[in-house]
Amino acid sequence: MVSRTKTLSATDVVQQTLRGRRYDLRAAAFPTALLATLLISLLFLAVLLIDIITDAWSVLSTRGLDFVSSPLSLSAESAGVWQGIVGSLMLAVVVALFSFPIGIGAAIYLEEYAPDNRFTRFINTNIRNLAGVPSIVYGLLGFTIFVGLMKLVGLEGGHAGKNVIAGGLTLASLVLPIVIITTAEALRAVPDSIREAGFAVGATRWEVIRHHIIPSAAPGILTGTVLTLARAFGETAPLLLVGAATGFFSTGNAGFLQKLTGAYTALPVTIFSWSRQPGADFRALTAAAIVVLLAVLLTANATAIILRNRFERKW
Amino acid sequence: MTSKPAPPDLSGSRPRLRRERRVHRLFWAAALTSILISILIIGSLVGEAWNFISTVNLSSLWTDGWFPRRGMFDLKTVITGTLLIAGVAMIVATPLGLGAAIYLSEYANPRARRLLKPIIEVLAGIPSVVLGYFALTWISPNIVQKISNAGVFSMAAAGIGVGILTVPLVASVSEDAMRAVPHALREASYALGAKKHATVTRVVFPAAISGIAASLILGVSRAIGETMVVAMAAGAVGGSLFEWNIFEPGQTMTAAMTSVAIGSDQVAGAGNAFQSMYFLGLLLFLMTLTLNLASDRFVRRVREKY
Repeated sequence: MVSRTKTLSATDVVQQTLRGRRYDLRAAAFPTALLATLLISLLFLAVLLIDIITDAWSVLSTRGLDFVSSPLSLSAESAGVWQGIVGSLMLAVVVALFSFPIGIGAAIYLEEYAPDNRFTRFINTNIRNLAGVPSIVYGLLGFTIFVGLMKLVGLEGGHAGKNVIAGGLTLASLVLPIVIITTAEALRAVPDSIREAGFAVGATRWEVIRHHIIPSAAPGILTGTVLTLARAFGETAPLLLVGAATGFFSTGNAGFLQKLTGAYTALPVTIFSWSRQPGADFRALTAAAIVVLLAVLLTANATAIILRNRFERKW
Repeated sequence: MTSKPAPPDLSGSRPRLRRERRVHRLFWAAALTSILISILIIGSLVGEAWNFISTVNLSSLWTDGWFPRRGMFDLKTVITGTLLIAGVAMIVATPLGLGAAIYLSEYANPRARRLLKPIIEVLAGIPSVVLGYFALTWISPNIVQKISNAGVFSMAAAGIGVGILTVPLVASVSEDAMRAVPHALREASYALGAKKHATVTRVVFPAAISGIAASLILGVSRAIGETMVVAMAAGAVGGSLFEWNIFEPGQTMTAAMTSVAIGSDQVAGAGNAFQSMYFLGLLLFLMTLTLNLASDRFVRRVREKY
């Protein structure tokens, strides 16, 4: 009973579908293709790790911990990442000192205090836009404002104000919007019933926040801050502008303040400057430094995930 | 005669209220810091960028290439390079990101999701300097040089690297958009007899299209602002002639800024090469701001709809 006209009525379509081939090739191919895109991403990730570890193997297997504990050097045989690690850790401390209190405070204001008006919406839009500003633009901010600030407050040091504090402040501004956004999300996950219960027994807003909201949101906030630190730890471009040393330098046995205001470098900056050196031995060094960097970041990420899984509460 | 007791004072203790106000002001100031940072960014960019524009010979903004130390600031070179690399990046990131998002949101069961989602999360945590190295030492010889006779440095290698970096952003934003589509829509589609495949492509995807557009716009914005991969893998460290072939080295706005910054000690006397960095920074800031505002608008449209 084949109709001569090409147009099919709705009944025909339904009948065809019901009787028709059970195995629809297109429908089967679609999820397979989607899964393939995910597997391509996984493949890139695997190749990246294998490529870097193979490149790094000659350095890591022969020098081991000596590579981690050696200072920068012009000769590839003795160069190590110690200064990079110390610089990155100092940067991380400055980032934590500035971006966490301000970021968490701002998030508390926006979630718990701010009225829903035009000004609050403006602040929120502004924060989302700041999160999308390219990192190198923050480098220009750091070079103009924070390096100038160092000169202004007398922390100029031997390096024209381009020191760890200026670099850390730059990275702190870079991650501030991320801290605010992740903290705000954690605060939003705390149900209103907790707040209302607090107010009902006569607690003030700050008492409710301090005794109930912050403890409830702490796992989320903590996870966010750890991830933020990891992000700052891997950031390179802004530090190039705020004067992280791309060449060889020695801190010798300078005092603490001199170290704080002197030349510095960071692990990703070391990686960048080594990658620009010609020769196979520096390529191996670059890869080995990347292995160290990835080890630090993976530890941080794993910590964040464990913290989240252990302490996260579902309401 | 009975005197009425005085009504109790319900305003609370004074020190308690004072502390309350102090805390409120403190948090308010923290929130204002974000605005201060925006003002400082714009302020630091505009000042030096204006110095650049007012002192530079305007004809040097349209010449044969970008060589800041020779006073050649050809804008079409760096803008073309930026757009080409962003284009290559989106050719990589659009299928990989959207494919991952659709699979994770529509097809993966909870167990597969727990297994596969970390791929995207780990990828998001890889610093760009690492991908720069990967683009230079693996993507360039094993992909780009296999399909063309490019050298070690090429815009294509950098673009693929930037694309891999952009995948997690596209994937997570568009996955959120598709998961925000209410189940009632999917169920209505199944009730009409549509299969999974038809439901996903004809119902869920169109319903989430604003969010998906937002994810792609954010991806372009991210790709334009990416620095380290381009600085390491696209070549053209000191400068570049105008180039539109992606298999040749090229210069982007971000890479141009980096090379000025690294060599800043030699730049001291070199005319306004240093200020050109701020001019490019301002241009970059305005471009990404426009894109981010556009994507923000798209995201809001999704949120209003459901």
